[in-house]
Amino acid sequence: MSEVVVLGAGMHPWGKWGRNFVEYGVVAARAALADAGLGWDDVGFLAAGNTMRNGYPGYVSGSTFAQALGWRGTRVSSSFAACASGAVAIDSARAQIQAGRCDVALVVGADTAPKGFFGPLPGVRPEDPDWIRFHVLGATNPTYFALYARRRMEAYGATADDFAAVKIKNSRHGLENPNARYRKAFTAAEIAESPVVADPLRLVDICATSDGAAALVLASAEYAARRADRDRHVRIAAISTVTPRYPNTYLDMPDIATDSAVGAASPERSFRDSIAHAAYEEAGLGPDDLSLAEVYDLSTALELDWYENIGLCAEGEAEALLRSGATALGGRVPVNPSGGLACFGEAIPAQAIAQVVELTTQLRGEAGGRQVTGARVGLSINQGLFGHGSCVIATR
Amino acid sequence: MKPRRPVVEGYFEERADGSVVLVGGRCDACGAYFFPKRFSFCRNPGCGAPGLADVELSTRGVLWSFTDNRYAPPPPYPAAEPFEPYGVGAVTLEAEQMVVLGQLARGTDVSALRAGQLMELCAEDLYETDDAVFRVWKWRTA
Ligand SMILES: [Zn+2]
Repeated sequence: MSEVVVLGAGMHPWGKWGRNFVEYGVVAARAALADAGLGWDDVGFLAAGNTMRNGYPGYVSGSTFAQALGWRGTRVSSSFAACASGAVAIDSARAQIQAGRCDVALVVGADTAPKGFFGPLPGVRPEDPDWIRFHVLGATNPTYFALYARRRMEAYGATADDFAAVKIKNSRHGLENPNARYRKAFTAAEIAESPVVADPLRLVDICATSDGAAALVLASAEYAARRADRDRHVRIAAISTVTPRYPNTYLDMPDIATDSAVGAASPERSFRDSIAHAAYEEAGLGPDDLSLAEVYDLSTALELDWYENIGLCAEGEAEALLRSGATALGGRVPVNPSGGLACFGEAIPAQAIAQVVELTTQLRGEAGGRQVTGARVGLSINQGLFGHGSCVIATR
Repeated sequence: MKPRRPVVEGYFEERADGSVVLVGGRCDACGAYFFPKRFSFCRNPGCGAPGLADVELSTRGVLWSFTDNRYAPPPPYPAAEPFEPYGVGAVTLEAEQMVVLGQLARGTDVSALRAGQLMELCAEDLYETDDAVFRVWKWRTA
């Protein structure tokens, strides 16, 4: 399969703007089209990521954005894979291009998020694990993040200072990102004053919920080769949207128990490891090839898990890698040069797309004060609840 | 006295002698356990047998990780007014080779917990209505 090329990238700044999510998506889509020097009528396919909290238009995001941009008979897809929705939308667009069904595809994700904890959809639904974990156990998203964080402390000796160091690093990175919601450099003293939400995590360790939108214009390699702006082209070398392999014995949201390892051989890799592995296999690249990574820092501690999952270091060594400065801007492989979720907050269907916008910006050398010098290969990764993997490798 | 009811049907049982057990499913063909049972069939892709037997899970296990919630979750969590913080523990059951989540018993000192320590199942009130007291399983230090 030939690689698909990113011709355009655009965003609506993250924040708590309180407007209809379609407004943000259209801003991002038009920005991506303008960046590509193309118009909506050049788009042969529109792939969008769904939002669950904005009524029916959010469930049919593809047609919602097609109508908002002006009906042109464009074929659409609407994907939901929780936090991985954006990656599934990118994959859907890529498949259409690779199948020869269109030359140019537009990918859009946008959200208007509620304040505070994410809750399940309303109603009484004891058959829904997402409802059960809230009703029976009061197990919020931060509950799971805190369990993972405490596990790092118990298993590998991570400390609250390590988690704070992730926050400090990412908050510095985000200062240079005009699309970030929070542009403030945190100090250790300020973090220590933040209230504990779920021990050991403080409010500032946990990502907020945000409004925002991101969009990409993708094209076939043949189409891209005919254009004059080839020095700005970024190639999608791999997209991984794998699900877990049975038995998945790591406690994942929203489940209240893992699979049992009785009666089946355990998979070769953990689920999170397997997300990156599938992308590396497809790209023919490995962790040593990375110039930068955008990882899903739902919590500061989770960023450390990802270092190991994407192979930047061995299990249990993420804290040492962080302390070495390797993952800060100027280090060997900067992680979350965008500022990450720490500076953005989570706009669910837009987030995986926003990660690829950052890869694109970095690989083009257009990231300004947060530019990773000489960036050649970037990886973005995240995980959506209910077993959705999401990983993209982009190269220039 | 109000009748006691489980907060969710089919997940656990409280016996007259005060003992508490989680009820899951077990596949007779491959031996896998499932909690909650959820479906009538085995989800091991190498098996897929059509039936699962009801099975009582181990009532003791070792603590995998733990935390507490200091702010009230959104509905449908039946948070008391004023909100009462609670601990949450993830416990590995040895025989079943699986991790099961539960709130920690009231009064558990989360700061004194350590991964690997022995935990046991219990049950406590979660909330009450005019008609009934709703009970939930919890983990406590053994
Ligand atoms: Zn079976």
